[in-house]
Parts: sequence; structure tokens; C-alpha cells
Amino acid sequence: MNTNLITQVSAFIWQEADMLDHGEFQSWLEQWTADGLYIIPIDPLETDFLNTLNYAYDNHAMREKRVYRLGSGESISTVPTARTIRTTSRFRILEDSADRVTVRCAQNLCEFKKETIRHYSADVTFELVKVGDSFKIDRKIIRLINADDALQGIAYIL
Amino acid sequence: MTIEIKPAQASCNYQELVKHDRVHTSLYTDPAIFADEMDKVFYSTWVWVGHTSEIPEPGSFKTTYIGKQPVIVARDRKMKVHVLLNRCRHRGATVCEHKKGKTASFVCPYHGWSYATDGSLRGVPHPEGYADILDKGDHPLVGLRVEEYAGMIFATFKDDIESLDSYLGPAKKWMDLFMKQGGGYPVKAGNAHRFRFPGNWKIQLENTTDAYHFPLVHKSFLSSVDQQTLDMLDFVEGAGYVEDLGNGHSVMVMIPELVDLEANLDAPIPARFEELAQQLREKHSEEEVRRIVRAVGGSGFNLNIFPNIACSMAFFRVLQPIAVDQTEIHHVVLTMDGGPEEANRARLRMHEHFQGPMGFGTPDDSEAWERVQKGASAGQDLWILLNRGLPKEVETEDGRRSDVSAETGMRAAYQQWKKLMTA
Ligand code: FES
Ligand SMILES: [Fe+2]
Repeated sequence: MNTNLITQVSAFIWQEADMLDHGEFQSWLEQWTADGLYIIPIDPLETDFLNTLNYAYDNHAMREKRVYRLGSGESISTVPTARTIRTTSRFRILEDSADRVTVRCAQNLCEFKKETIRHYSADVTFELVKVGDSFKIDRKIIRLINADDALQGIAYIL
Repeated sequence: MTIEIKPAQASCNYQELVKHDRVHTSLYTDPAIFADEMDKVFYSTWVWVGHTSEIPEPGSFKTTYIGKQPVIVARDRKMKVHVLLNRCRHRGATVCEHKKGKTASFVCPYHGWSYATDGSLRGVPHPEGYADILDKGDHPLVGLRVEEYAGMIFATFKDDIESLDSYLGPAKKWMDLFMKQGGGYPVKAGNAHRFRFPGNWKIQLENTTDAYHFPLVHKSFLSSVDQQTLDMLDFVEGAGYVEDLGNGHSVMVMIPELVDLEANLDAPIPARFEELAQQLREKHSEEEVRRIVRAVGGSGFNLNIFPNIACSMAFFRVLQPIAVDQTEIHHVVLTMDGGPEEANRARLRMHEHFQGPMGFGTPDDSEAWERVQKGASAGQDLWILLNRGLPKEVETEDGRRSDVSAETGMRAAYQQWKKLMTA
């Protein structure tokens, strides 16, 4: 087992999680490759995201719009802003090549907004492109364990 | 501690609670009214249960609810559609827990009674315990009355109410118009964004013909679209209208140019669809390209069919009451069955952009409805106003019509509600 690589990718993913929890969205947007996709499928077993309905299927332009929306004050569901704390763990390298690495981890996210705490668990798969001694995100696929149940509004970036 | 229990009937003088221009707030908050609604609305009229494309083959089925009752919508071996109560005739267990699928039979997990897709009881394990006291013919899954229009499947518990055809009335021509968004292909109902909000189901019923909220609640969505789309969605003071179609149904036309998707095929293609049109030209004639592109963004209207289904621009909105202050909504994506992948992808991405718990529209709607429910607990004897657009309302061949942001559609729904609740 390449513990060196696990250390490297987990440091990167923890940093990304910290950016999202602390609202550092500009830095978050810069973590991505130009064609990077942020995907939240409805069916946790889905693999053809392009031709099926997802909760989110964001390219760069949509990610920018999502970030803008969160901070614009134009959306009543984002005021007050939900506070989130997410923990990622259970990292496992699924694929490793010269220029890419695919890693799967568990994410437990706790959301607080207006008197209510909610909890979302997900399997998150990152397809990372190696850039220097760090990475860019090419795919981030968030498979909520309850994705095919009825959800409530999620007014932040999962 | 003393708990004041209000007798249901005392709070339920429906004649008094629904005026022509307002309804009493207790319609959102009184659990006794909610219980009564299940019986007098959901178990007494036609309720939408599915679209024909959801059960395409013999043995295809989906499960859903009518009011609070679980049902199975199944196609039997001869392609006939049945709506069956999802309840074993032995001791009551549900016989199917899958949302959809394909099967030859429904087998109860408790003692193994098995039913064919038309509901008939086929097998009872160890039948010797019954000797001759159990006639299988007397114990099918209970089937409801089922009728269809334009691929939309409705069911009712009542054998004595009018036909679906007559119930829908003038709504039928709008259903036909809506289905033109197949762009020359059949409309296919796909997956749905399902979400719940803590509020009464009628708050959402109203919203389908509420143009008034759009520029405000959906400001963040409007900030995320191109100028042409923005101009198209700037309809509150436009030429659109709301029309009461009778029996609680209504239509809100937001974009009059997009009422008939097969008209004006030579109108210029909007810039946002130019790339799609170019891709489609590789395999399609110019006429097909224009028909598909014109259909891809959906219709320019919302059709509200009382009580639980709307044909809303490019999707179906399905409404499922859970409790007096809890409602589940499904926004069902529609694609062109067998149509070009590029066009269907465009439809999927547009649906994701606005709808669902992470869309740029739905969470804000949901927040507004939640606020309504919360605010509705304030005050003892306050009313929900529904008088917007009354001064300009006129009689039409189909009913009554006023401007696009009029509350005409809501008034129509509450009049039907009152009719059913006082029947
Ligand atoms: S309850 Fe279904 S077989 Fe007994
Ligand atoms: Fe809305």
C-alpha cells in the first residue's frame, strides 16, 4: 500500500473540505481542471452521469454560478448561510497512474441552519490529476447514501 | 395539564372557510381538515398516478401513493394498466416495496401469497389449512378505476364520478399542447428530484400558478442565465394570463410564444440553442432540427390539474401530501423518447439547473413555502388573500381569465376544494 500517496491525497482532500466549510470559494474554484466536473447523482449506482438526471452536474461555469449564488444574498434559502462541518476519512486509492489518481473516501457532513441539524453521509470519489507536487480535481462524484430518498433543500456546496 | 381538543366538525365549516377571494389560514394548519381532505379530495376524485412511459412493457410497474394510501401502478401481460392497493389480502402487508421495476407477480413477503400483475390472487402456500373456505377469486389486490388521457394515468376510488375525460374538460387541450415538447418523439418521464418541505400541500398547489413570486424568489436563478432567457422570463407584466379551466384546473401562460411548440418553426433559433442546433444538423433535417430545438426548453405555460399533478413548462410536478404540515414533491424530468442524445442532455442539464434540492430555483421556493407554514401559525383568525387580478378578470369560453400574475388559478383550485369538501 502506497501510504505516501494516501498521505498526499488526504492532505489535498482535507484542504478542499476545509475550504468549503470555511467559505473560501475562490480558492475552491481554483482546485479544478478546466474540464472538471462536480457531480451528485440521484442513483448511487449510476455511472452514466451525462445521460441521466443528477442533483448537480457542474462544469466550471456552473460551479462559478453556484458560488456566486451562495454569496449574492439573492437566494432566500442561503440566508442565513448554513454552517457545515464535514469530515472525510477511509481513503482508498482505486487507481494510480503517472498523471492521475482516483481515490474514494467517506464524507460525513453536519449542517446547521435555523434551529435544525442535518446529517449527510456520502461516498466521495475524486479523480485527481497530478500537477507538480499537488493535484487538480478532474471529477468529484458525491454519492449520498440517501440520494434516492426525498431530500430537503441543500443550500451549500456538498 | 389540560389539552383542548377541538372537535373536527366545529372547525370545519368549509362554506365559511373558503370565500371567493380568500381562504382561512386553518386550511394550512388544522390536522382535522387534513384528515378530512384525504377522504373528500384524494379518495373522492381523479388522482394522477403516473405517465404511460413509466410502465412501458408487460409486467412494468411503479409504486406511489393516492393520498396516504400506497398503490401499485402495473401493466399486465396484455398491456392493460391496473392501479392496485399495495396491501396483501391476507393480513395486510405491502406486497411491493420497489419504486419501479418489472415483474411477473407480486409476492407478499409475510406468508407468500402471490398476485399476478392484474391483481388476481394466484398462489397461497399450504392451502390445505383453508380447505374450502378461501376462494382465491374473492381476494385479488383491490383494483381502482383507471383512465388515461395523453399518456397521463389517473385513478379513483369512486365508481360513480364522471369520466376522466369529462373531469379534465378544457385542460385536455393544454395536455395535448404540453406533450408537443417531445419534439416529434413521445414524451418520456424519467427520474425525479424528490424533496420534502415542512408545509401544507396546498401551498405548493398554489405556487404552480403563481407568477407573482418569480422575479423575487428566483432572483438568484435569473442572475445565472443569459440575457435572452432573462428577457423571456420577464413575464410578470407581459402578455401572459391565467385561466380557470373548471374543476379546479387552471393554466398559467407565461410565454405566449411558446404555447404551441409546433407553430413558428421558422422563428430564429435562440443563441443558447445554436450549438445544439448545429450538432443536430449532422443527423436531422432543418425542419426536424427546428422542431426539436423549439421543444427542448419546454412549453411556455404551467397547467395545474387538481389535485396533485402539474404539467409545468418542461417537467411534471407531482404533489404528495404527508401530513398537514409536511409535503413531498417530485419534479419529474421529461425527455424525448428515442430522441437525439444531445437534446435530451440539454433537457437534463436545464432540469438540474433549476429543480431539486440543489437546483438554483427549488430550494428558494421551498424556503418560501416553509415560511408560509411557519407564519400561518400566527394569529387566531387571519386569512390567506387570493384576490390579486380580480379587477381584470373576465369570463371566457373555458372559465375565467386574468393577467399572468393573477391568483385566478388558486381561486379555481379552492372552489373545487370547497365543492369536494362540502359534497
Ligand atoms: S400478510 Fe401477505 S401473505 Fe400473509
Ligand atoms: Fe418558484
